[in-house]
Amino acid sequence: MNDTVDQLMHGHVPDGSVADNVEIANYTINFGPQHPAAHGVLRLVTELDGEIIERIDPHVGLLHRGTEKLIEYKTYNQAIPYFDRLDYCSPMAMEHSFVLAIEKLLDLEVPLRAQYLRVFFAELTRIKNHMLNLGSHVMDVGAMTPNLWMFELREDCMNFYERASGARMHANYFRVGGVHEDVPLKLLADIADWLDTRLPRLFGDAISLVAENRIFKQRNVDIAVVGRDDAIKWGFSGPMIRAAGIPWDIRKSQPYDVYDRMEFDVPVGTRGDCYDRFMVRVEEVYQSARIMKQCLAEMPDGPVMTLDRKVGPPKRAEMKQSMEALIHHFKLYTEGFHVPAGEVYVATESPKGELGVYLISDGSNKPYRCKIRPTAFSHLQAFDFMAKGHMLADITAILGAMDIVFGECDR
Amino acid sequence: MRAPAPRYAANDGVIAAAQAALGDMLIEATDLVGEVNLTVQRDRLLDAMVALRDGAGLEYQALMEIAGVDYPARAERFDVCYMLLSYTRNHRIRVRVTTNEVQPVPSVTGIWPVAGWLEREVYDMYGVLFEGNSDLRRILTDYGFRGHPQRKDFPLSGFVELRYSEEAKRVVYEPVSLAQDFRNFDFMSPWEGAQYVLPGDEKVAGPGPGDTPQGKAPPSPPPAPAAAPAVPQAKGAPSPVSADEVQKAGDKAKKTAKPRAKTAKTTDSTAQTGAGEPTPGNKRKSKPKNPDVVPTKGKGQNQ
Repeated sequence: MNDTVDQLMHGHVPDGSVADNVEIANYTINFGPQHPAAHGVLRLVTELDGEIIERIDPHVGLLHRGTEKLIEYKTYNQAIPYFDRLDYCSPMAMEHSFVLAIEKLLDLEVPLRAQYLRVFFAELTRIKNHMLNLGSHVMDVGAMTPNLWMFELREDCMNFYERASGARMHANYFRVGGVHEDVPLKLLADIADWLDTRLPRLFGDAISLVAENRIFKQRNVDIAVVGRDDAIKWGFSGPMIRAAGIPWDIRKSQPYDVYDRMEFDVPVGTRGDCYDRFMVRVEEVYQSARIMKQCLAEMPDGPVMTLDRKVGPPKRAEMKQSMEALIHHFKLYTEGFHVPAGEVYVATESPKGELGVYLISDGSNKPYRCKIRPTAFSHLQAFDFMAKGHMLADITAILGAMDIVFGECDR
Repeated sequence: MRAPAPRYAANDGVIAAAQAALGDMLIEATDLVGEVNLTVQRDRLLDAMVALRDGAGLEYQALMEIAGVDYPARAERFDVCYMLLSYTRNHRIRVRVTTNEVQPVPSVTGIWPVAGWLEREVYDMYGVLFEGNSDLRRILTDYGFRGHPQRKDFPLSGFVELRYSEEAKRVVYEPVSLAQDFRNFDFMSPWEGAQYVLPGDEKVAGPGPGDTPQGKAPPSPPPAPAAAPAVPQAKGAPSPVSADEVQKAGDKAKKTAKPRAKTAKTTDSTAQTGAGEPTPGNKRKSKPKNPDVVPTKGKGQNQ
């Protein structure tokens, strides 16, 4: 036995002189475009030295659909569904930027209840988005169960979406001047129950499996550390910049709708690694639930759509009685409304970061230009410097912690 | 501001601070819709950006977005807009330079590395060149794509479409063929400057010499590269593609639809309906003869 071990250990030691002469070329592999951990159609041209990443060149645009061009040919209300299809994991947060931009150009007042409902559903969307991201991040580094449990919660969110808007994903619920329909009281009661019981219990269970887990920490702590200066230079936003230690949250510093009435905390990371990004999102879920509860407690009664009939359509019952309402309805659904000429850049805190809409109107019923600032562009661009020197297997952890969805990245 | 849009720090004093910091680099500064726009000289963009980033009272640390805009009627048709954000002052501004297809814009990648992809996107979509960007490849469009799709003279449908060919066993590119003609409705109100003639109106004015069916449409500028007409900036102007593609009422020269059947499907002629005759409806002669019915002598069976 000892002889065998000796043979194994000393008999086959490679000759040093031979190893010196071998040229080891860097190895280039394609990660994607079809890869389950790429979270969509991402192609990473990866240059490896052994298992160490030397260079990463992300190729994006495989899901480019020309959304911005299409919007130029649609009236303002017709363009809202395109926003659902940007980040299809957080549809209502996408609509939020667009309707706020149009309202800013119109200088349109929005009823208070509609503002509360928007904030309420924007935060539901944040929970929905984080359920998917946290779950798949966990699964990318090897754990299965939390993902299944968090998908249950995501399914609940989709059911709430359906009860509010009629659609599980592409809601088209936020409209210029408010929201499309008021929600049934039972829905609000059910969501309140869900926030009190199911969400904290199931989510807490799922996170307790990974947050202190040794394997999970080994895969995430000190991976892809980004400091404060780098985060600013690379234009990070959302959980990515907060994990880097900068307490920047547009909901807090540039409040829109009724966020200035809400009380919530902005979680901040200390090390700027993948684990911090994960934990920032975990805490954001609890803070979102807190905002939603405040919305439920404070939400006033009243209209959910502006009463300016040049922008908000009349109710069906009104159309049966009033000729004027009928005319307004017809005009709004054929010609749409005209937006005064001007340009605005409106950015909101979407679950993934700063989702900006740069909207130029020429005074007609269609946008002259609608540039969408995707959150993923700046994060994905920094992939190269974040991943340099890490192992190949860390790519999935870094990508999972970035939270990228290609509908939004490629537009 | 009544709208519930994001509220950041007030614009007071920003333009003055920018004027002091930029000096003659600044061409124009406006404060519209609650947002500050600075137009700077293209050649000195980098100096201006460094001054905006480091200047006291400015401190715009982050570049959030670069957007291109196309105004084909202008000599320098492209705007390149930089959205800057100050974390410390909680304020946003927009810096813009103008350029055309050949004049390069200095790249700001040296100041903000995030500009790399943002400039690539503007290049991809508009063909604006950036001097100093070492990696100016296309980013969103297909490998081997031609043209710059966000330009106003680029058609919405594009020029090529692709499909998987069973014969060639690969994806093939073909010219776009639309099953239905591309239609672009503009619902502009004729009272608010729609620039086409409504049916019936052509008799009133009478086409003068050189008057087009487009009415008072502005003449398209000479340097427009493709066949598309100019994009009018005026309120209520027709949208760019529709002007020559959509068949307007009264535009007889371009009538392509097949002539209808001589009688409309739903309406019979008066000969068929009997309208206007003393006894409308079927004529007696045309009643089918029923062999089982013995016709009475004349005025009804009771007589």
